[in-house]
Amino acid sequence: MKVEASSSGHNMQPLLKAENLVKRYAKRRLADAREELLALNAVSFSIFPGTTLAVVGESGSGKSTLAGCLACLESPTTGSIWYEEKDLVKLGERARRQVRPQLQLIFQDPASSLNPRWKVLEILVEPLILQRNFNREEMNQRANSLLERVGLSPDIVKRPPTELSGGQRQRLAIARALALEPKLLILDEALSALDCSVQAQIANLLMELQSSLGMTYVFITHDLAMAAYLADEIVVMDGGCIVEQGPPEKILKVPQHETTRQLLAAVPRIIRPALPAVEQ
Amino acid sequence: MRYLLRRIGHAFFLLAGVSLLAFLFTALAPGTYLDEMRLNPQIAPETVAALRAQYGLDKPLPVRYASWLNSVIHGEMGFSFAYNSPVVPLLLARARNTLLLTITATLLAWAIALPLGVWSAERLGQLPDRLLSWGTAALLVIPDLALALGLLLFAVKSGWFPSGGMASLGFETLSPLQKLRDLAWHMVLPVTALVLSSLPLLVRHVRAAVADVLNAPFLLAAVGHGIQRRTLLYRYALPAAANPLISLFGFSIGVLLSGSLLVEVVMSWPGLGPLLLEAILARDLYVVVGGILFSTLFLVGGNLLADLLLYWADPRIHTESSAR
Repeated sequence: MKVEASSSGHNMQPLLKAENLVKRYAKRRLADAREELLALNAVSFSIFPGTTLAVVGESGSGKSTLAGCLACLESPTTGSIWYEEKDLVKLGERARRQVRPQLQLIFQDPASSLNPRWKVLEILVEPLILQRNFNREEMNQRANSLLERVGLSPDIVKRPPTELSGGQRQRLAIARALALEPKLLILDEALSALDCSVQAQIANLLMELQSSLGMTYVFITHDLAMAAYLADEIVVMDGGCIVEQGPPEKILKVPQHETTRQLLAAVPRIIRPALPAVEQ
Repeated sequence: MRYLLRRIGHAFFLLAGVSLLAFLFTALAPGTYLDEMRLNPQIAPETVAALRAQYGLDKPLPVRYASWLNSVIHGEMGFSFAYNSPVVPLLLARARNTLLLTITATLLAWAIALPLGVWSAERLGQLPDRLLSWGTAALLVIPDLALALGLLLFAVKSGWFPSGGMASLGFETLSPLQKLRDLAWHMVLPVTALVLSSLPLLVRHVRAAVADVLNAPFLLAAVGHGIQRRTLLYRYALPAAANPLISLFGFSIGVLLSGSLLVEVVMSWPGLGPLLLEAILARDLYVVVGGILFSTLFLVGGNLLADLLLYWADPRIHTESSAR
C-alpha cells in the first residue's frame, strides 16, 4: 500500500517506514494442537518528520502489538522497520538498546507506567542517568525545565506519582519520554484513561510540543474523533490489517470500509453534528 | 517510632495469649511429671504428694498460671522437674543453638532463592524455567523428615560429615579457628536439610513476584529508555517485587524454625527441638510452655523484622501513615 501525500504535502524522507509487518502469536489450546493468531498482517506505512500518524482500531485489532514493534520492544515475525537507514528488525539486542531512547512509548495507564516507589524527580532523571554526562545540578535543572515544558509545577519533584492526578501523571510520563530527546513518540491509547477535559488538555499539549520541538507522533487510539483532531494521516486497522488509510478529512467524509463506519458511529453524540451523518 | 511501639504492644498481647493457651492445653493433656513416680513401688505415696505440693501441682489452674506469671517476671518462667532448674537458663542455651541453625539457613536459602527466582522469571515458560519448576515441585513434595533422614544416611555411608551433634570429641582443646571449622562442619548437614526444605517455596515466590513485575508498564518503559537487562532485573524489578517477598521473609523464619525443631531431633543438634520433645514425653510442664513461648517469640520477632524492613523499603507506607 502506497502512502498518499497528506494535505500539507511531504517531499522529504520518511522518519520511519514499516514494510509488510507480520506478527504471529502461537496460541496454545488444550484440545487443539496449536492455533495461530495473526496480530499484524502485512502492515506497511511511512511516518514523516513533524507529523502525526494516527492508528485507529477496535481493541484486538493489533494496535498495541504495532506500538511494541515500533518502540523496538517486540520484534515482528517478518517484515522491516526502516529507521535512519537501518532495519530495526534485524538489529542485535545491543544496537536495539541504543535505538530505543529515540523511539519513546507512552502507555495508556500512567499510574502503572511510572514506578510507584520513586519520587517525581527520580522518575524524571532516570533516563538522564543513562547518558552519564550530567552532574546532579544539571539533572535537577533539566528535570525542572522538562516539568515546565509539559505544564507541571517544579514543586512536585519531591512527591510520589501516586499523589498526582491522572492528567498530571500522563504529563509526567510525557516529560520523562522527552528527557531522552526522542525523534518519535508512540502514544499507545495515551488519552484513553483520562477524563474528557483532561484529554483535551493533553491533546493540546501534544500539538504544542509538536510545533515547538518538531515532534513526530504515532497516535494509537480507538477514538476516531480525537485521531481526526490530531493527525495528518489516519490508518484504520482491523484484525491485524490496514483496511483504510488517508488524510482525516477523507476518512471522515467518505469512509470506505465497514470498520471505519463503525468507529465513526462510536464517536460520542455531542461531537457528531460536526461530522457527516452516519447511516445506521 | 509509634509504629514500632504499637507493634511491640501487639507482640506482647500475642505472647500472653499463646502462654495462656499453652497452659490450658498442657493441663488438658492427661498425666503429670509425677505419674511415673507414683507407679514406682519404691517411692512412698507421701513423697509423691509432698512433691506435688512443692511443685504446686495440687493447686487449681488459675493459681498455677498466676504463680507462673510471677516467675516470668523474675526471669525464670517456671521450674523444670527433670532438670531441677529454672526454665529460662535451660532454654537460653538451647535457643542459641537453634538460632544459629535457623539464621544461617534463612540467609543461605534467600541468597540462593533470589538469583535463582530472578533467573527463572526472566526465562518464564522456557525450558530452563520449566525444568526448575519441576525440580522445586519435586523438592516440595519430599517431607522434611525424609529429607533429613536421607541426608543423615548419606553422612553415615560416605563418612564425609558427622552424623550428629554440634561438636567433635575434644572440642575444648581446639584453637578458636579450629573450633569454628569444627562447628561449620557439623552445621553442614542440618543447614542443608533446612535450606532444601524451604528453598522450593522461596524460589517459586520470587519467580512469581518478579515475573509479575516484569510485565508492568513502568518496566517496559524502562526497557524503552534503553536500560540494560541486568540493571532492569536487579535495580528495577526486584525492588518493585520486594513487598510480598519481605512478608515472606518473616514467614520463612517461622517455617524454618518449626522445620529446625524436627531436623534438630533427627540430627541430634542440641537446640530447642530435642529439649522440647523430651519435655513433652516426660510431661515436664513448664519446659513445654517455655519452649512454645520461645518459638512464638522467634516467630513474632521474625515478622516484626519483616514489617520493619517493609516500612523501611516501601516509601508508600510512610505516606499512608502520615496522611492519616
